[in-house]
Amino acid sequence: MLEGLLIGLQTAMSFQNLAMVIAGCLIGTFIGMLPGLGPMSIIAIMIPVAISMGDPSAALILLAGVYYGAIFGGSTSSILLNAPGVAGTVASSFDGYPMAKKGKAGKALTIAAISSFAGGTIGAILLMIFAPMLSSVALLFHSAEYFALMVVGLSAIAAFAGTGQVAKAIIMTLFGLILATVGEGTLFSLPRFTGGIMDLQSGLGFITLAMAMFALPEALFLVLKPKETGSSGGEIKDLRITRSEARAIAPVIGRQSIQGFFIGVLPGAGATIASFLGYAVERNLATKEEQAEFGKGSIKGLAAPETANNAACTGSFVPLLTLGIPGSGTTAILLGALIALNVSPGPRLMIDEPQIFWAVIMSMFIGNLVLLVLNLPLIPYIAKVLSIPRNFLIPFILFFTLMGAYIGQNNATELLILVGFGICATALKFADYPLPPLLIGFILGGMLEDNFARSMQLYDGIAFIWERPMTLGLLAISLILLVLPSYRARRARYHADGVASGD
Amino acid sequence: MMTFERGCKALIAATVTALTFGSSAYADGHKIMDSIHFLIPGGAGGGWDGTARGTGEALTGAGLVGTATYENMSGGGGGKAIGYLIENAESNEGTLMVNSTPIVIRSLTGVFPQSFRDLTLVAGTIGDYAAIVVGKDSAINNMGDLVAAYDADPAATAIGGGSVPGGMDHLVAAMAMEAAGRDALAVKYIPYDAGGNAMAALLSGEIAALSTGLSEAIDLANAGEVKIIGVTADERVPAAADAMTMKEQGIDMSFVNWRGFFGAPGLDADQVTAYQEAIAAMYDTPEWEAVRARNGWVNIHNSGEDFRTFLENQEQVLGDLMTKLGFL
Repeated sequence: MLEGLLIGLQTAMSFQNLAMVIAGCLIGTFIGMLPGLGPMSIIAIMIPVAISMGDPSAALILLAGVYYGAIFGGSTSSILLNAPGVAGTVASSFDGYPMAKKGKAGKALTIAAISSFAGGTIGAILLMIFAPMLSSVALLFHSAEYFALMVVGLSAIAAFAGTGQVAKAIIMTLFGLILATVGEGTLFSLPRFTGGIMDLQSGLGFITLAMAMFALPEALFLVLKPKETGSSGGEIKDLRITRSEARAIAPVIGRQSIQGFFIGVLPGAGATIASFLGYAVERNLATKEEQAEFGKGSIKGLAAPETANNAACTGSFVPLLTLGIPGSGTTAILLGALIALNVSPGPRLMIDEPQIFWAVIMSMFIGNLVLLVLNLPLIPYIAKVLSIPRNFLIPFILFFTLMGAYIGQNNATELLILVGFGICATALKFADYPLPPLLIGFILGGMLEDNFARSMQLYDGIAFIWERPMTLGLLAISLILLVLPSYRARRARYHADGVASGD
Repeated sequence: MMTFERGCKALIAATVTALTFGSSAYADGHKIMDSIHFLIPGGAGGGWDGTARGTGEALTGAGLVGTATYENMSGGGGGKAIGYLIENAESNEGTLMVNSTPIVIRSLTGVFPQSFRDLTLVAGTIGDYAAIVVGKDSAINNMGDLVAAYDADPAATAIGGGSVPGGMDHLVAAMAMEAAGRDALAVKYIPYDAGGNAMAALLSGEIAALSTGLSEAIDLANAGEVKIIGVTADERVPAAADAMTMKEQGIDMSFVNWRGFFGAPGLDADQVTAYQEAIAAMYDTPEWEAVRARNGWVNIHNSGEDFRTFLENQEQVLGDLMTKLGFL
C-alpha cells in the first residue's frame, strides 16, 4: 500500500496532473454552481476533451475533479439562491438558505466549505482503506459473480429510486439494456438490431448516448422551460465561524463522513440520498432545542448534508475502481470514459495500472485542498457567476455537445443519433422519467451479457446460479432490492388507510 | 455532388502529398515523415497495441518519423476499426492501422464483409508466436498436464482467450489440442474482451489455461503471474528460453501470427511509398532492434505486393486448417 501511495503521489504531483486537478475543480465549481447543469451533464460534455488527452490517469483525475468540484460548488447556489445546482445539494438549501436570509451567508458558505472538505478528505482516506480490501476479494470472482453483481447493481436502481419513480426507473433501465444489445455481441460477433445500418455495427456510441441523455436535454430544457433565477439571499460577509460553532459541527462531520461514504459505496445510492439521509439522521440525533432550529438555519443541518454528499461522491468510486461497476449515473459516465481510454476498471486495475488507481486517490486529497482554498477566500467573487443569465449556457452546451460527438468518431451519423436521442431524452425528462438508469443499463448491459454467456458456457447451462453460493447470495440480494420498494409502497398505502404499522 | 466529392478527395490528397514532400524538404537528416497516427483495433496492453506502440517508438526514436500518435478502437474483434478506416477513408490519409492474422481468419469465416483486399496494403513487419499459459500457482506445468486435466474433467478444463470463438486464440488452442489427439471442437473455449479480464479469470480459476500471444505471455511471466507451458514456435525463442515449444512436448504444431500495417482504401501512392520507406529503413536501426528483442518478435518484412502474396498464401493455409478443424 505504501508503494502504491508513492506511485500515486508521484503521478498525481506531475505538472500535467496537478493542472488537471485544478482545472477539474474550477470547472466543477463554476458549473455546479449554475442551476441547471449537474455534474453528469458537465462530465458528459468533458468526456471528449478527457479522451483526446489519451492519458487515462489525467483524464480520470480531471473528470473526478469536475465531479466533486460540482458537488462542492452546488452548495453555493443552494445557500445563496435556494436554487440547488446539483441534486446532491438540495438538502443543503434547507438550512443554508435560511442562514443566508438571516444575513449569515458568509458563515453558511464557510461551514459548507469546511464540511465538504472534511467529507471529501475523510472519504478519500476510507477509499484508500476499503478499495484494496474489496479489490482483493473481487479477484476471486468468476464471471458468474460478475453477472450477479451487475444484476444487484441494476436492481439497486429500482430500490433507490424515489417514491413513485420505481416503475419509471425500471422502464428506463430496461430501455438501456435494450439499447446495449445493438451491434455486434462480443461472444458471437454477429450484428444484431442494426437494421442493416453500417454505423450501428459496433453498437451505439457511449459518448454520443451520454451526451444525448445529459447534455443536449439541458440545453433544450433551458430553451423550452426558462426558469426565473431566484433572488439572492443576501450579501456575503463575515466568513468566520466561532469556536463553539466549530465544536458543534465537528461530531456531525465525523459521523456523516463515514455514513455518507458507505451510502456512496452502495450501488444505486449516491450523493443525493446520502445528503437527505445525513440530514434526517442528524436531526434525529440533535437535542430538542437544536431540532427546532433545523430548517430555520441550523449549522448542523447545513454541515450534515454537505459532509455526506462529498463523502458519498468519493465512496461511489469504490465499486467503480474495484469491481468496474458503476453505482450511479455519474460513475457510469466515468466508467464509459475509462473504457474508451482502454482501461477496464475492476480488481485488476490496482495490479495492472496501479498508477491510475493511486493517482486518482491522491488527486482527491489535492483536489479537496484546492477546493477549500477556492471556496474559502474566493467565494464572494466566484459567487458573482450566479448573476450570469442561464441563457448564456445554451450555446456553450450545444457547441461542446455537437463538437464532442463529432470529434470522437469523425462520423456525421453520430450527430444524427445524438440529436435524435437528445430529443427523445428531452421528452422523457419532461415526462419526469429519470435518465441515469438508462445509461447505467446501457453500460451494464454489454457486460451483463458477456458474463452471463461465459458462465453459461462454463457450466453448460444456468447451473452456476445454484452451484456457486456467492452468485446465489448476490442474486438473492438483488431480489430483495427489487421487492423492497413495492413492499414499502404497500405499507405506506396501508398506513394511509389507517392500518397501524408493525414497528 | 459526386464531382465535388471527387474534387475534394483530390484536393486533400494533393494537400497531404504537398505537406509530406514539403516537410521532408526541411526535415533534418533522414526523417521520412512528419507524423503517423496509429489506429489500434484492440485494447491497451494487447498484441496489436504493443506492435503499434513499439513500431512508433522505434520510428520516432530513430528519427524516421517526427511524432507518432495512437488511438485504441476495440470492438468486434477488430472489425470496428476496419469498418471505421474504410468508412472514413478520406479523413484517414495519415492513419496506419495495425492488424494481424485475425483479419484473414475473420474474412474467411465471413464474420465481416471486408477483407485485407479492401484496404491499402502497406507492409507486414513482424511475427509473434502464440503461447498457452497457466496461472503461477496452477498444478499444470506442461502441455501433458493440461491434456491430462482435460481428459480427467473436460467440462472443468476450459481454455480462455482474447478473441471471439473461431478467432486466433481459439484456433491456436484447438490446433494444440487437435495435435495432442483430442477433439478440438469439444474443448471449451471462453472468450474475453480484454487481456486484463482474461488474466483475472485465469487467476481466479475460472479457466484452466489461457491462449495468448507469446509477447504478452512473456510480459506476464516476467511479472511473475503466469507460467508458459507451450510455445508454438519450431525452436525455443531466446526471449523466453525456459519455455518449452509444443513440438518438444510431442505436440506437432506451429503457428506464427504476423503483424502488419494497413492504410485506408484508395490511399495516395506517394503516401504509401513514404510509409513503406519509413518501415523498411526502421529495420536497420538500433532502436528497432531494442524493441524487437524486448518483445521476442521475429522480423518478417513483406512490403506491398510481397505482402499481398504472403496474405493470399496464409488465407489458403488457414482456410484448409479451419475446414479440417470444423470451423468453416
